[in-house]
Amino acid sequence: MLHLVLIVTTPPFFLGVIAKTKAFLAGRKGPPLLQIYYDLLRLFRKGTVYSRSSSILLRLAPVMIVASIFSSSLLVPLLKTAPIRFEGDLILFAYLLGLVRFMTILAAMDVGSSFEGMGASREASLGALTELAFFLGLVALSAMTRSTSLTAIFEWEGGHPFWNPALLILFATFSLILLTENSRMPIDDPTTHLELTMIHEVMILDYSGPDLALILYGASMKLFLFMAFTSSLLWPPTTANIWMGGGWLILKVTGMSIAIGLIESANARLRLIKIPQLLVANFVAAALGLAIILIGRGV
Amino acid sequence: MNYLIFSLGILLVSFCLTFLVQTEKQKRFLSCGGVIAGSVLGIIPALQVLTSGIPSRVTSLASPIPGLEVSLGLDPLSAFFLVGIYGLSGLVGIYSWGYLKDRRRLLRTAPFFPLLVATMATVVAARDGFFFLIAWEVMSLASFFLVTAEHENKEVRHAGWIYLVATHLATAFLMAFFTLLYKKTGTFSFEAFSQIGAVSPTLASLLFVLALVGFGTKAGIFPLHVWLPYAHPAAPSYISALMSGVMIKTGIYGILRALTFLGVPPLWWGELLVGLGILSAVLGVTYALIQHDLKQLLAYSSVENIGIIVTGIGLGLIGLSRNQPTLTLLGFGGSLFHVWNHAIFKGLLFLGAGNVVRVVHSRAIDQLGGLFKNMPFTGATFFIASAAICGLPPLNGFISEWLIYVGFLKGVTWSFGPSLFFSIAGIIGIAFSGGLAIACFTKVVGVVFLGEPRSEQAAIPYEVSRLILAPMVVLAFLCLAFGLYPQIIWSAVFFTVKSLLPYGAIAEQNRILTSLSSINVIFWFGLVFFLALGLLTQLIVGKRPIRRAVTWDCGYASPTQRMQYSASSFVESLGVFFAPLLKPQTDLKKPAGLFPQPGSFAEQAEDLAERRLFRPLFKRTDQSFLFVRKMQQGKIQAYLALIFVTILALLLWEVWFGI
Repeated sequence: MLHLVLIVTTPPFFLGVIAKTKAFLAGRKGPPLLQIYYDLLRLFRKGTVYSRSSSILLRLAPVMIVASIFSSSLLVPLLKTAPIRFEGDLILFAYLLGLVRFMTILAAMDVGSSFEGMGASREASLGALTELAFFLGLVALSAMTRSTSLTAIFEWEGGHPFWNPALLILFATFSLILLTENSRMPIDDPTTHLELTMIHEVMILDYSGPDLALILYGASMKLFLFMAFTSSLLWPPTTANIWMGGGWLILKVTGMSIAIGLIESANARLRLIKIPQLLVANFVAAALGLAIILIGRGV
Repeated sequence: MNYLIFSLGILLVSFCLTFLVQTEKQKRFLSCGGVIAGSVLGIIPALQVLTSGIPSRVTSLASPIPGLEVSLGLDPLSAFFLVGIYGLSGLVGIYSWGYLKDRRRLLRTAPFFPLLVATMATVVAARDGFFFLIAWEVMSLASFFLVTAEHENKEVRHAGWIYLVATHLATAFLMAFFTLLYKKTGTFSFEAFSQIGAVSPTLASLLFVLALVGFGTKAGIFPLHVWLPYAHPAAPSYISALMSGVMIKTGIYGILRALTFLGVPPLWWGELLVGLGILSAVLGVTYALIQHDLKQLLAYSSVENIGIIVTGIGLGLIGLSRNQPTLTLLGFGGSLFHVWNHAIFKGLLFLGAGNVVRVVHSRAIDQLGGLFKNMPFTGATFFIASAAICGLPPLNGFISEWLIYVGFLKGVTWSFGPSLFFSIAGIIGIAFSGGLAIACFTKVVGVVFLGEPRSEQAAIPYEVSRLILAPMVVLAFLCLAFGLYPQIIWSAVFFTVKSLLPYGAIAEQNRILTSLSSINVIFWFGLVFFLALGLLTQLIVGKRPIRRAVTWDCGYASPTQRMQYSASSFVESLGVFFAPLLKPQTDLKKPAGLFPQPGSFAEQAEDLAERRLFRPLFKRTDQSFLFVRKMQQGKIQAYLALIFVTILALLLWEVWFGI
């Protein structure tokens, strides 16, 4: 139950944390921590404008996106165990996020704008490459713990091998996937609205009002899930007491948010041409991690 | 069993009668009606076998030719494929009833439609090698006539020619396969084949390779798939649906059937199949991605899906040789599940493409656009099928891919050495092809159905008749139903896999069922949440003002639909990434000068297998057999003499060196 409350209420907060961190490093005061909540409320109270070119798909997409991100959150062990767990649930997790990508791209194509088409194209190509590293990372985790369920993976039977080099590499891999999948720097810039500089923002140009609110909310939820997932690699959910677990979770995700804020302040966005190279390098890193695990296991 | 024979009878009678009648209406009635009646009748015994798991006994009919035994039987494996064949054929029968209206040119080949269905059913039900080969050959010929329905078109004739050559080369391998088995057992009966037991490993491997080439060509495994991207677009859409949905699956059936003859497989068979499967999956979808022809794209996507199926079979074989029943169950089970799934969604996609072609008269993706608004049912069903083919939840494609994934994951946690490598490669291969499939099908749906029309023809489409739409809605419903209730289908799949395995009950079966029901829970949860959230936003938004406006375009003054992203521009970034592999030939005419003339850009990528394998191969063959041309003089007596000498030589060879 606490799992559901956490996943429904907290995600926008961490966007606030990232914004605050960036503002602090830039020497500004920055928006209040809860600014995103105000934004969401304000958007929910507004009317909407739909493009004349669009079809019903544009209206369905935000709801479907939030619904599938929410469903996928049921598989991630935020506190000790996930609400629903079974063998091979990590595949379902990956594919539910695939559904999110599918809907985002199609909704972007729906309005027939050249900008959004561009974003959709970039998302599709980068998504295919990210998928590779993501699955290889999952395979590595599965090989390391000899289990095929997210909950079982994060249980780390026989102790969590913190200084295992493979785990550190995988942490780096998943961190980069986190940045790519959630359109953060250095892959994508979530703050600009210049058409040539982005992937995710350009795809949602034609949303307004409650639809835009849903999209923003869904994006924050996805970011939260990825941060929880990635930070759990180094700091798995251990305590059985769910209140303590919830506290630790918020703490470690806040840590991740600050880290993202630091990365975003220190880096510029990469040129688009460089991004596939970075993603392939990420895939190679994941492969290296897997190789270390397999050699350690005695192939 | 009697039902099956009746059904084949109906189909053959409707084949003959359709030839005899003259008017369009009668032709349509007999051909499509025959297919529908035959399918309804024939699916009954197949479902009986699948639900009970008990094979129906072999029936031998009076044979017209001595030595040829006409025997039919249904075991779970046959029944499984038969349900797919009759199920899709029946629906396509209804579709074509509406589709063939006012299509005089297509109606000329209408008689071959029931014949194709009858021979496909016979292929999977035959219990005798010789009879099987005859049915197989007639099936290929019937589909050849259907492919060349519009033979006035030069491309269609070319496609027909390639198909004919490919299918006959494949049959040659199958003839060798069955002849070798005949020599071992002295009979053509499948029952005897499955009891040969200990053949020498070399012979078993030879047989396996022969079957793989012969059946693999029909299935469209890379690099034997070259005929597929020609034949599927050339055929009328309802035939493409049937060919891609079920006919190429007879190749998969053949491979599985052949495996039941060959005993315990060595490890490398499984590894070879996993390798070929990954190659087919990734390259198939890569070529699909860069196609600009709607039906050709779907044809390449079939190569991808066959790749996934073959990968699963390879996993099953690895399990068999390593004595890991779970891997076998998940591999074979996932493959079989995917066989049905692919029949459903690829059938649906081709039918949808047929509607587009019928209405817009163009298959070029870049000339379409915005069709969804005027063709809502075609668009919606096409959208569902596209999501399903990408393996997205909560649709059926996800379940079969999930089974194969879990099999490979278990392979990673258990196995060692080369099979470990192939397990990892299997997961990565399917995952990569999945990511590319999302890019590929968002491109199709986005460019064809969404946005603004890109040409004048595309601006005035209308929805097709209800008769055409009804079977498509049924197929779309099946996509959802198979995804939401996989347990029911899984029991049929399980019976089939069990009949293929040397071991009895498998303990893992229950664990898989538990997992499937967990997936079930999450799908329903997601669906309920989706509906609730949708209702909630409707309630909120309902009270607020809704405006319609032009798409936001950064204040650009006069937008045109040409500014939209086209299919080519959509895949440009991935195309650049794959350029070293695809070696595309570009034809670019830049606008130049002070008063620029219109420019143009065209890009084409030739198939790797064609470029690197078949063209050099055929060229060499052509060169080395130049001397044969001298014998070609048109003298019948010379040909007869040659045939006589060949037969004599073969006879002598047989007597002296018989294998």
